[in-house]
Amino acid sequence: MRSASRTARKRLVAAVGAALVAAPLLTACGSDSGITINVYYAPEQVFDKVVAKCNERANGRYTIVYNKLPREADGQREQMVRRLAANDSEMDILGLDVVWVAEFAEAGWILEWTGQNKAEAERDVFPGPLSTAQWNGKLYAATKNTNVQLLWYDKRVTPTPPRTFDEMITTSERLRDEGKPYQILLTAAEYEGLVVNYNTIVNSAGGNILSEDGKSVVMDQGAVKGLEILKRLSTAGVTAPDLTAAKEQQVQLGFQQPGGKAAFQINWPFVYASIQTANPELFQNLGWAQYPGVNPGEPSKPTIGGYNLAVSSYSRHPQEAFEATLCLREAESQKYQAVLESLPPTIQSVYDDPTPVDPSKPADPKNNPTMDQAYPMKDAIVPSLEDSAARPLTPAYQNASTVISTILSPPTAIDPPVTADRLRRELQDALQSKGVLP
Amino acid sequence: MTETAVKPAPAKAAKKPKPELSEGKRAERRLGWLLCAPAALVMVAVTGWPIIYSVWLSMQRYDLRFPNQSEFVFLDNYITVLGSEYWWTAFGLTTLITVVSVIIELVLGMCLALIMHRTIVGRGLVRTVSLIPYGIVTVVAAFSWRYAWDDKTGYLSALLSSESALIDQTSAFFTVVLAEVWKTTPFMALLLMAGLALVPDDLLRAAAMDGAGPWQRFTKVIVPVMKPAILVALLFRTLDAFRIFDNLFVLTPGTSSVSIQTYNNLIKGLNLGIGSTMSVLIFITVAIIAFLFIKVFGTAAPGSDSGGKR
Repeated sequence: MRSASRTARKRLVAAVGAALVAAPLLTACGSDSGITINVYYAPEQVFDKVVAKCNERANGRYTIVYNKLPREADGQREQMVRRLAANDSEMDILGLDVVWVAEFAEAGWILEWTGQNKAEAERDVFPGPLSTAQWNGKLYAATKNTNVQLLWYDKRVTPTPPRTFDEMITTSERLRDEGKPYQILLTAAEYEGLVVNYNTIVNSAGGNILSEDGKSVVMDQGAVKGLEILKRLSTAGVTAPDLTAAKEQQVQLGFQQPGGKAAFQINWPFVYASIQTANPELFQNLGWAQYPGVNPGEPSKPTIGGYNLAVSSYSRHPQEAFEATLCLREAESQKYQAVLESLPPTIQSVYDDPTPVDPSKPADPKNNPTMDQAYPMKDAIVPSLEDSAARPLTPAYQNASTVISTILSPPTAIDPPVTADRLRRELQDALQSKGVLP
Repeated sequence: MTETAVKPAPAKAAKKPKPELSEGKRAERRLGWLLCAPAALVMVAVTGWPIIYSVWLSMQRYDLRFPNQSEFVFLDNYITVLGSEYWWTAFGLTTLITVVSVIIELVLGMCLALIMHRTIVGRGLVRTVSLIPYGIVTVVAAFSWRYAWDDKTGYLSALLSSESALIDQTSAFFTVVLAEVWKTTPFMALLLMAGLALVPDDLLRAAAMDGAGPWQRFTKVIVPVMKPAILVALLFRTLDAFRIFDNLFVLTPGTSSVSIQTYNNLIKGLNLGIGSTMSVLIFITVAIIAFLFIKVFGTAAPGSDSGGKR
């Protein structure tokens, strides 16, 4: 079963990929000018097909080369930062996690988007994701894909999903007492994943960790409420034993594992594809909903993830790099990656696009799906994006995030008023890059 | 025994009044200096300059993300680092790992050295095999430990039915120590074996003749004679263990030794000022360790502690 559907998926990638490349191939006959545009970007399964398409479109004026960065976000940032600090001109297009834009812009490592390019990069983009590409009112990157965590659940266990954290914890306790799968899985290891969850909970409670401009610490009542929720969640006996080591992958595996004890998973949409192959029975009954809220009757404000593409200040071919970036993140590319690897588009119209991936052929759920067929969870993603909130924008984000994840770990040891005081104190230093990082 | 102990005393005394050098000797020495100069200059350039530069950086506020705010702050960074709870936690942890793992390595390394020393058949093979862990790249070895201890797929955690070898703090500490010990015991053993070769067989036989048992022979004859080798081995390992990075980085992300904390501030945090301060502090600590060892080593060298042994 597993291998069968995997090969089917591979065939889909091959067929659609070939179509994507072949169409413009017929018209391509320009000469090679020898300009190379180096893209440094996280590893993604079908991004190379998108690059190939854009190379065909460039018609020999330049060649885009896809250089894969490490899988871990920290590793990606470190490689780029190290090379940019040394004025490396071999990097043209940089794939930036949404929280890095402010840092790179402030350091003068990426170019501002202006004029026609800017208009094109901003057109029809959800305001939430777009705000992650801006710094000090200027545009420094083009959104490539966004991301938002959803609540995934088993319809056999809970026909209707819980709407708030309190409801979810109570439901989970009831399920545990009834001897049913009950665990709530979420990323709570000492890393960015914990910060994302905390940020969503705080925003949903109507609070703020940092001020709007990212220059001072707020840590208001909502932020303290967030600490209380994390504390209750981790000490109620409704989470998995490996909570404090849980990253995206552990959460994903824990939920889809046949015979597992999990009832709920809070995770990014990439899990959709793997449940299909790992646990077909669960897949039939898989439900998804917006991230649980805090106050009853108020939807949550999920934290925005995803990637933006920026042009390096040290690039020798900025004009070509801007053009290539626009191609790599255009609506067609975003649709292709949404359908084939569940990456949520940032361009609004892509969600409503009725045409299949390869418009020249008839739609077919197996080999040439449309957004509706391949991306059913868009009904939860679109409202999530409309309610979403970006993480605090500040050039010192890395410091702030490290401090938050360190102080919140392990969540079982949180003592709301005391932890809040410590966060206030240490975040203030972190924002000014003073003090020591743990 | 007494003879060897007495000998160095007049030699030491003779060193003090400097003998007059002849004209030729002096010219020779000058030529020697000249010949050395290029190598010495290169050494200064490649090792001295980075050290000076990091000391210079450590006295500045210098964050790559806020290039406009750079300024000279003198010792502020040192006050910040030395006043930080994080730094001292990391320092304590590093010291603990160093002490625990070096002690275990010394004991195991000594056993291994004695075994290898006594091996008659396939000596070369035994030595080569025991060196394999030391030959494996630390990061690679650390990854295999990590997968072995993984609570879902690891064979070691399945074998010991432990679910949280790398999650629980205490067991994670011992997992790291185990990885360190496994890797560097062979190195220790090799250095100790060189020391064992210094122990003359006659001495052991004479001691046996006088009625010394195996344990007495070990503590009263072997250990004193090979003390310099033991100290060198300890010095090397302590300096090395204090800078532990790879195993912690792979096995327990989030745990800070001083080196990892320096890396976090320098490379992740892009704070050249604080990061350089930390590396200077590590440099000073390592220098102190080396100094202490050499002091101890100097007094314990054969011949110089004649008073105690007589």
